[in-house]
Amino acid sequence: MSKYIVRRLLQMIPVIFGATFIIFAMVFALPGDPLAGKCGERPCPAAFAAKFRADHNLDDPLLLRYVKYLGKLLHGDFGTTFQGLNVADELSRRYIITVKLAVVAILFELIIGILAGVLAGIRKSGFWDNLVLLSTLIVIAIPTFVLGSVAQTVFGLKLKLFPVTVSPSPSWYELLLPGFVLGSLSLAYVARLTRTNLVENLRADYVRTAVAKGLTRQRTIGLHALRNSLIPVVTFIGADFGGLLGGAIITEGIFNIRGVGNFLFTSIHTRDGVAVVGTVTVLVIVFLLMNLLVDLLYGVLDPRISHD
Amino acid sequence: MTETNVLAVGLEPEPQDESVGAPRSLSSEAFRELRHNWLFWASLILIVIFLLMAAVPQLFTQTDPSKAVLKLSNTPPSSSQWFGRDTQGYDIFARTIYGARASILVGLLASVVTSIIGVIVGTLAAFYGGLADTLMMRLTDIFFAIPFLLGGILFMSTFPNTVNSNYFAIVGKVVLALSLLGWPSIARLMRGSVLQVQANDYITAARALGAGPWRVIRSHILPNAMAPVIVVSTINLGAYISAEASLSFLGIGLVAPAISWGVAISDSLNWIRVAPWSLLFPSLFLSLAVLAFIMLGDAVRDAFDPKTR
Repeated sequence: MSKYIVRRLLQMIPVIFGATFIIFAMVFALPGDPLAGKCGERPCPAAFAAKFRADHNLDDPLLLRYVKYLGKLLHGDFGTTFQGLNVADELSRRYIITVKLAVVAILFELIIGILAGVLAGIRKSGFWDNLVLLSTLIVIAIPTFVLGSVAQTVFGLKLKLFPVTVSPSPSWYELLLPGFVLGSLSLAYVARLTRTNLVENLRADYVRTAVAKGLTRQRTIGLHALRNSLIPVVTFIGADFGGLLGGAIITEGIFNIRGVGNFLFTSIHTRDGVAVVGTVTVLVIVFLLMNLLVDLLYGVLDPRISHD
Repeated sequence: MTETNVLAVGLEPEPQDESVGAPRSLSSEAFRELRHNWLFWASLILIVIFLLMAAVPQLFTQTDPSKAVLKLSNTPPSSSQWFGRDTQGYDIFARTIYGARASILVGLLASVVTSIIGVIVGTLAAFYGGLADTLMMRLTDIFFAIPFLLGGILFMSTFPNTVNSNYFAIVGKVVLALSLLGWPSIARLMRGSVLQVQANDYITAARALGAGPWRVIRSHILPNAMAPVIVVSTINLGAYISAEASLSFLGIGLVAPAISWGVAISDSLNWIRVAPWSLLFPSLFLSLAVLAFIMLGDAVRDAFDPKTR
């Protein structure tokens, strides 16, 4: 097991370097001068421009800048944004908000998604099955930005049930609606995944044995079939957590949540390369670590899978 | 089922005429099942309509989509203008019809390009194994680790559009951005599929008969390993259409003079309380198009999956 973990961690290293280099190259190929508009209507004084370029290594070739950046990163220094904010501080502050949002989304996925999946899977082609299949298809087909804007207008502006936008340090209640919007797509996948696995497991031999030895329906489904069906669901949700953090850009934009996605989008617009690369590096590492964790969890949940 | 029926199942002779008379392959079995699936037909009809809409929008409407009648700004749907007019006074019906082209074009092209790259990388990695496999799969991992939307945003802002950008140049850029990030999942799928096919005896037989690598791949591996890729590409097509609209919503995909569902939706969001119909119709068409491709993929997958019988 520990051998497997070490091998996986070693494999992650080139992936992290590769992904960050691609991002780094794309960001610093971004057209436009980061100095434009920094000093109001007039051009920046030459001395300021020179210092700014030197501070941010703007005159070095791409590869050298990447290496210099990595060197600092390895010492835990994420650099400063063009506005002089410390990227590491900014990220740690914003990550709390985005993680909170992602947790709300995942709770929705777990509760509604699994419930809907079980309702659908218990009786294949029944009323609930068709209802769940149809409604999940509709959710999958509607883009997040449409769903988010409509939810904001209906529940925020018209019905006034939820705040329209979210305060700088949001409470759990404020994040309910955005969390639901963020999690809706994965919720649909979770419901379908639960249903498919439950339908498959209900036809397995061990379920027939359970029925034959006289277990009640609740025990057969709840104790035997469901537990086995939830293994892929749990791993899906685990992997989804990493994806939600990066995928929150649109939801955070609509509800004005000052999280990582929001930071990322403004940084791309202001061509703030240091901020973009730092954010993405953390996102990629979290994504990869979550995937590793999920793979390990798989082995724990399902003893038939061994990593040795 | 009553109790007598349950008991009688084992006693009755199996109806053997069909299953023994003509042994059918998995694919002909699957097509038989598809023929009776109304979801399959519904999605196929929708797709044909959307393809027609994209190719010859004039078939569906005679109204000029770029003729703005400001006097009629925000008029609700009526018998003369079925979908109403938006804030600029454009006829929404005409714009929705003409908007199909961008979405369908982006979806189709992105699907084709990701499939081609994914199939080539996945097949070669599985076929040659060893170092080639490791290198190609690590490369796949790198692209897989970049969040989809994020990479798209980065790519589109690295190569920004101007007002004068050619329509097809912008479409091409969106396709490139989506393909650059979409191929790893297809490559992984194809690699797994090829590994499965490669273990079969007929591959060993073909090799023993002296078939070269190209021949083994082309006439033995590819035909048997393509099915999952085709299904997933069809489903992805819907996802790409949705992603294109998201990029337009963020202001970095297609932009205003171009007519597309994504542009129409993102414009209408500012007027959602005044003219909800200008949001409703483009998003309805967008969702129907996404739905059609997902349903088609689902139906085909279910038909080809022996476990769902």
